[in-house]
Amino acid sequence: MILGKIKKRPKGWNRPQAVAESGDGELLEVAMGPHHPSTHGVFRMDVALDGERVIKLRPVFGYLHRNHEKIGEGQSYLASMPFTDRLDYMCPLTNNWAYALAVEKLTGQAVPERAEYLRVILGELTRYQNHASSIGFLTQEMGASGTPLMYAFREREKILDLFEELTGARMMVNYMRFGGCRVDASEGWLDRTRKVVAGLGRFTDEFERLLRSNAILMVRTQGVGRLSAELAVNAGVTGPMLRASGVNYDIRKVDGYGIYNRFNFRVPLGDHGDVYDRFMIRLLEMRESIKILEQALKDIPGGPVVDPKAKSRGIRPKSGEAYGRIEAPKGELGFYLISDGGANPYRYRIRPPSLINLTVLEDMCLGSDVADVVLIFGSVDIVLGEVDR
Amino acid sequence: MLGEGIIKGLAETARNFFGSYFFAERLTTVEYPEERIAPFEAARVFPFLVFDGTDALAGLRCTSCQICEKECPPKCIYIEKSKDKKPDYVGRMQFYPARFEIDIAVCMSCQICVEVCPFESIKMNTEFELATTDRFGGLLLDRDQLAKPNSYYQKIHPAEAATVDARLGEEKAKFAAKVKATSDAAAAKSAAKALEGANG
Repeated sequence: MILGKIKKRPKGWNRPQAVAESGDGELLEVAMGPHHPSTHGVFRMDVALDGERVIKLRPVFGYLHRNHEKIGEGQSYLASMPFTDRLDYMCPLTNNWAYALAVEKLTGQAVPERAEYLRVILGELTRYQNHASSIGFLTQEMGASGTPLMYAFREREKILDLFEELTGARMMVNYMRFGGCRVDASEGWLDRTRKVVAGLGRFTDEFERLLRSNAILMVRTQGVGRLSAELAVNAGVTGPMLRASGVNYDIRKVDGYGIYNRFNFRVPLGDHGDVYDRFMIRLLEMRESIKILEQALKDIPGGPVVDPKAKSRGIRPKSGEAYGRIEAPKGELGFYLISDGGANPYRYRIRPPSLINLTVLEDMCLGSDVADVVLIFGSVDIVLGEVDR
Repeated sequence: MLGEGIIKGLAETARNFFGSYFFAERLTTVEYPEERIAPFEAARVFPFLVFDGTDALAGLRCTSCQICEKECPPKCIYIEKSKDKKPDYVGRMQFYPARFEIDIAVCMSCQICVEVCPFESIKMNTEFELATTDRFGGLLLDRDQLAKPNSYYQKIHPAEAATVDARLGEEKAKFAAKVKATSDAAAAKSAAKALEGANG
């Protein structure tokens, strides 16, 4: 059992330890955000500062709330698919996948072999570009004014070109369907993907060399924003954040959804749970993604890309419930659906990794400097579209 | 050593800077308004209506079935069915849209209307420079603005249009054969009746 070791719930685990003030009683309350360059969108942190040190931090969500779940309950299953692109807009394909998985569980729909391989290829490409750009943003928040970010975005652009060629859009892909994928990938597309994937290894090496040789990055990240394994598990943190704290929990391994149990890859784990570990976990996961991509691109079979019996329009699942979850680049992304036999879901609920990973922000930030808050926040890797829905 | 990190970082930058003159994979940007990348065939921006032939209204494939209106996730399509009928792309008498409007300020380019259309009538355009100063009328496209000839569709999505044309041609031939069969049967029947009358 992976989580067997952690049994004890720390005392007052949901309330971070108070930080001692310096004693002159002068606290400064600052509202960082909602329009702050470091917040990746519209997000506010109400911080109480004693000089430079953070004494209190309150995250304020909801500036980007757009009623996603209620809209999903008011329309057909298919019509929610393009809206899922807009949750975590850095990785729309994994959102599509999680939603398709939930509906497939609800209706008992099978997925053809080729579609499963395509999903893995697209999911891992998504993970690669998400991690690359999230590291890029992290360095920008350290003051590396854009250079590593632009290198990351250059690689991301190549991957987005592949997405556009296949799905018709760079980000708002609307690609997966219940029982497969919308269009088939041509042999030419697979060849171009192989070519891009062959170049990713060299980019990862260059990127790592550039960042790890930098003394500033080491000093700014090591030992900053520690998150203990106990707190991470108790707070429901998932994804690279949880693994950076040393908990071996990857839904690709635990659930083996899709065809992930066929691939040979490893789950990198961190030791300290600080910003540096999170950064390194992402870098190592990028390498693992390349490994999975190489295997999937080698083995992809022919055949149909969508189950011929599957229908996308006008599905009415039997009453019941289903929870489909995947290891999205940011953590566990789950869709929970309840059907009452009608054409639209009775309840449509999303478990977003970004929101739940953000709930431990105060614990990580207390006692650190304001400049480090920006960094810790960046290392959580969130997208506000998913936090607020 | 002091400044080692800076030197190493600048070496990486220099490799990318000079490399961008020699390797395409290090330079992925284009000077946009002067230089343009041709859109992919699968690219999609906003929907348009396909018509056959030269007359936009007579050749409009849309039969005003309103499936796209119902399935559209952000509900940006508005259709009013006609009172009278006109022959559709195979020659069958069908309704046509008296009004067909798409608010592209609301449209989110998801292509679901294209997927659900049973008549191959609504397709995605690849034109993207649609900025306008008129934010109300300028972004509400009516039937005449939406209608584009089949030749335009063949130009922007060649491979897709070829399969669609083949399918529609087949359907048309089938319908013509059916019409011919029924008219032949009717002719034979009336001939038989006439023969019977002559004999009687």
